[in-house]
Amino acid sequence: MSAIGELSSMTRRKGAMTKEEKKANGRDNKAAYVFLLPWLIGLVVITVGPMLMSLYLSFTDYNLLQPPEWVGLDNFVRMFGDARLHNSLRVTFTYVLVGVPLQLAVALLIALVLDKGLRGLPFYRSIFYLPSLLGGSVAVAILWKQIFGTTGLVNQVLAMVGIEGPGWISDPSTALGSIILLHVWTFGAPMIIFLAGLRQIPNMYYEAAEVDGATTLQRFWRITLPLLSPIIFFNLVLQIIGSFQSFTQAFIVSGGNGGPSDSTMFFTLYLYQKGFGQFDMGYASAMAWVLLVIIGVFTAINFIASKYWVFYDD
Amino acid sequence: MTKLQSLPAAKTTEPGKAPRRRESPGNLAFSRSARIKGLVKHAILIVVGLVMIYPLLWMVVSSLRPNDLIFREPGLWLNSLDMTNYTDGWSALTHPFGHYMINSAIVVLGSIVGNLVSCSMAAYAFARLQFTGKKLFFGIMLLTIMLPFHVVIVPQYILFSQIGWVNTFWPLIVPKLLATDAFFVFLMVQFIRGIPKELDEAARIDGAGHPRIFLRVILPLMVPALATTTIFTFIWTWNDFFGALIYLTDPDMFTVPVALRAFVDSQSATSWGSLFAMSIVSLFPVFLVFLFGQRFLIKGIATTGIK
Repeated sequence: MSAIGELSSMTRRKGAMTKEEKKANGRDNKAAYVFLLPWLIGLVVITVGPMLMSLYLSFTDYNLLQPPEWVGLDNFVRMFGDARLHNSLRVTFTYVLVGVPLQLAVALLIALVLDKGLRGLPFYRSIFYLPSLLGGSVAVAILWKQIFGTTGLVNQVLAMVGIEGPGWISDPSTALGSIILLHVWTFGAPMIIFLAGLRQIPNMYYEAAEVDGATTLQRFWRITLPLLSPIIFFNLVLQIIGSFQSFTQAFIVSGGNGGPSDSTMFFTLYLYQKGFGQFDMGYASAMAWVLLVIIGVFTAINFIASKYWVFYDD
Repeated sequence: MTKLQSLPAAKTTEPGKAPRRRESPGNLAFSRSARIKGLVKHAILIVVGLVMIYPLLWMVVSSLRPNDLIFREPGLWLNSLDMTNYTDGWSALTHPFGHYMINSAIVVLGSIVGNLVSCSMAAYAFARLQFTGKKLFFGIMLLTIMLPFHVVIVPQYILFSQIGWVNTFWPLIVPKLLATDAFFVFLMVQFIRGIPKELDEAARIDGAGHPRIFLRVILPLMVPALATTTIFTFIWTWNDFFGALIYLTDPDMFTVPVALRAFVDSQSATSWGSLFAMSIVSLFPVFLVFLFGQRFLIKGIATTGIK
């Protein structure tokens, strides 16, 4: 069961394991905490401690040199008047709301084509998966910057058919689109999850539908999609969470400044500039919490909406 | 043949499923259309695949071309093999590029050891031991998989800078030693759950304690999960830019991604060739790991999404 499936089942069936747990309670406590020790220390020192600290800092003015100064809600109030921040939100939302569905649609489409014992499957799977392994690297971001440059590969190809392409990366109206395309290009990882999910659908459903005279499209809508919905849900949640945190591509493609004219100023990039460029740590912390809340809200909406379209057969 | 029988079948003929279909006189004709359909499918897949990897191939070829040709050649043919981009790029920064690769290798190695040891220990506790607060901790562990890094990065930076760890590899390695990559804990929990409990029970009857069961029974059986962890840790750490960008500001300590970024900044737009060459060099270890670890990578990814 996936992490997300497990989380949602934990909230659905409360106390499913308590009986067994109660019986065994206390038996292994000492050994268990020894095994958990590194993780527990990490949880306190690397995760929960810093989270609380960052919550505190979000109400302060702090530049690393002087001690933090309590300013109450000032940082959050400042955000309301920060046009660059509003823009960075718009850029990030566009990236997530366009990039994620597009990437998942391509992933699902290719997975459907690859399904059902296609010859050479391992070969195709590797080719399609490779970009998603390399996609987060600085090297590929550099490559992207050149491909979509004024004299880059895309425009060279366009020139062959007589079209003069724009400077994709240097034009504010196309720069974000180029980065979204980079995201779509890395559809390999969700594709593999879809492939594994498709393999779990029993063939007899299709055979039965075939006997009933269902068309390919009908079988897709009535069998494949419902049975695959938990996997789609899983991919959707993970991709949304991940995409909100995208950083490297925007940083490299824009040369670290979110240009041209802030069209690729992702929220995380702005947060980085505030925190580690201007050492406005209080503001950066406040931004981090806004990001956490946004991701939390999106995930919650996903979980709530999933009740209406995700089909669990257990 | 009757239309009733053949129509639905005609639309579903796929290469892998063909033999299962009922025998009917029409099947011969359909297997032919299935073959054509299959060919079309392969043609589409090959075209899409080519488009997918074309940029990467083009980068490899461009890195072997003189600079002025990169901007005029969308094709993949080479007139001569020009290695100057590699020699130029290798020594373009303060240190030869190998220096940054060694730095990356240190961070990667430390991270792998950290993840293997700490995550497997936590996973054993979650999968096999009963203890107070297990459900709560397990839930927290699952939630941390989804926690954005940015919420903790500012205080973490302050913490590490106060103990003087900025410009050392510790901020990049120590969190791994403390099992903060919860994704791998979950992966290993899943794997251990699939190992028959009878095995540890037998060991317990023989008088083995938990450390022994963990080391002698569980660990040897979870090698595939450990391999998956190793490979993913390798690739993700090798590619990690954000962490390295924040903690490593001294060129001596640069890992490959930050070095590449410094390269972009230091060079004018005319040296794309050597930039590409070093990009290829930087991707090469990832590519090798991909080539040899594919089986584990695909299994690891596939099982995380399966319900």
